[in-house]
Amino acid sequence: MTTGTAEVETVTPELEAAAERAQSRRGVLIALPSWAYLILFFAVPLVIVLVYSFATRSSTGLTQLEGWNLDSYARLWDPLVGEIALRSLLLATTTTVICLVVAYPFAYYIATRRPVVRNVLLILVMIPFWSNFLVRTYAWRVLLGTDGPLSQLSQSLGGEPIRLLFTNTAVLIGLVYGFLPFMVLPLYAALERMDWRLVEAARDLYANGWTAFRRVTWPLSRPGVVAGSILVFIPTLGAYVTPAILGGAKTVMLGDYIVSQFLAARNQPFGSALSIAVMSVMLGATIMYFRSGARSL
Amino acid sequence: MTPAVELSNVTKQFGDVVAVRDLDLTIADGEFFSLLGPSGCGKTTTLRMIAGFEFPTVGSLRIHGHEMGLQPPNKRPVNTVFQSYALFPHMTVSENVGFGLRMNKRATAEIGERVTRALGMVQLAHRADAKPNELSGGQQQRVALARALVNEPEVLLLDEPLGALDLKLRQAMQLELKELQQRVGITFVYVTHDQDEALTMSDRIGVMNEGSLLQIGEPQQIYEHPTSRFVADFIGEINLLPAVVVDHESVRLHGGHVIRATTGAAAGEAVTVAIRPERLELYDLDEVIPDTANRLEATVQRRIYHGDVFYYDVDTPAGVIEAKEENRPGVELYEIGEKTVVVWAPEATTVVQE
Repeated sequence: MTTGTAEVETVTPELEAAAERAQSRRGVLIALPSWAYLILFFAVPLVIVLVYSFATRSSTGLTQLEGWNLDSYARLWDPLVGEIALRSLLLATTTTVICLVVAYPFAYYIATRRPVVRNVLLILVMIPFWSNFLVRTYAWRVLLGTDGPLSQLSQSLGGEPIRLLFTNTAVLIGLVYGFLPFMVLPLYAALERMDWRLVEAARDLYANGWTAFRRVTWPLSRPGVVAGSILVFIPTLGAYVTPAILGGAKTVMLGDYIVSQFLAARNQPFGSALSIAVMSVMLGATIMYFRSGARSL
Repeated sequence: MTPAVELSNVTKQFGDVVAVRDLDLTIADGEFFSLLGPSGCGKTTTLRMIAGFEFPTVGSLRIHGHEMGLQPPNKRPVNTVFQSYALFPHMTVSENVGFGLRMNKRATAEIGERVTRALGMVQLAHRADAKPNELSGGQQQRVALARALVNEPEVLLLDEPLGALDLKLRQAMQLELKELQQRVGITFVYVTHDQDEALTMSDRIGVMNEGSLLQIGEPQQIYEHPTSRFVADFIGEINLLPAVVVDHESVRLHGGHVIRATTGAAAGEAVTVAIRPERLELYDLDEVIPDTANRLEATVQRRIYHGDVFYYDVDTPAGVIEAKEENRPGVELYEIGEKTVVVWAPEATTVVQE
């Protein structure tokens, strides 16, 4: 017993250091796959895009990795780019707001159900993910088409055929549809953690239902609102599939504009510069959003 | 005087489950009233009905004479101290305490003054700008109390407010709460499953089980004259012995021994005799025993040292009985296997039916 104690006393600091080293080794090992994945599929392509954005486009549309210049970045000030960026911003903001307005009551409803009902409703939210996004967006093309069910309904009621397809509204509908689950899930997560006795406490302290919501439920669910808004706003701003399929032949948003630079216009340096610019703005906005959110919570 | 709270014939059902059944309860103005019972007995549901978080399925609920049964919580002159406090985590201590006054659209200056006074009352003026999660459990408890009392409610409802505190703090808070209640003169309705708490603080106690109010009375009355087996058993330690009524003054215990006990039950009826262990005394076989006392010959089965007391399990013809002897200097100890006589006064014998 005495020797045991002595042993432990002398060995402790070294043992601890060794244990710590082993732990950090284990940590590195666990993180290895995600590191490999991020480097291979995120960092490397990003560097390529960054390099391309400074390259020159040959007259035949090939990218020449020489004659480095800032021409592509200068083109960002083109009014056309500004117009598309503004429209993207407007569509992304509108989509986020509509998603929030639709998703909040729904998430609230789910979070206040019995656990069994909750799970069923959550599965219903996730069912769309089981089929391909592209296919689902094409389905909207049928639904919104001039001879689609909506239009037919309007005509059978003696109205005009509905011309929604290939308009900005169609793109908006598609975006809201596509990104709604990304708003519902974080809101649900926030509301599900909510301590409802706090709402009771507010009611007990003379707040009516609406005030209790405004003063207690809403501020306490704000992390979910922030997370959901970021998850909807950012992918919508760079959306490609929805504007390309529902927006028709014209360029609607930054996403399809960038793609058109890579494919139709064969201007990879300009496409790359656009990508880098969009990413930088989004990153900056996200950091600002999180900072302001973190302070108020 | 109009009672502070009056429930008549109140029943609350959740689907098929009856949480509270035919409750009649009148709580006087300025009273410290406790609802005591095991979990699921309906005491919290009763409190929640008074607060307005639940509406009675049937019955009438009046607060100071005004029918309130279907009013929302914000329209009632009552405030609640919640179990584990329910402080708003995103607000400071003073914002928490001032919440009710702000909702009542009081002037900013008045709110500031009353919040300061309320925090002073619970000795937390120095933590006014802290967030609830920076406070200890006891401090959070005080904030919850201040947050409710600052509104000067007609009735303060407390739902096991001391449940989350450790024993020493709980005992200190019990006395503090009682003192505070006497000082502010507000009616307290206190829900607890802790009989010590209820006995220590209450002017009157209502004991509930399975949705029904079994007995209402002052602590001493509840403890010494329980009217049902459940109340006798739930509060404190007690010996419960099966017996048959002989007449209004005596019952026959199991084993044929007849003892003195007052009962309203009819002769021949099966009843339960309840005796507190501390009311039992152990005598030597050759000692003189008062004539009027009840007695049972017994053999000591077990003796447990408990610091301030000794517990004896003694075997009698009526069953095994637990006796509690104070650990006084020079107390005579009985050894295991020793013969003794268990003696107690007829007044200490409670007969309960069912």
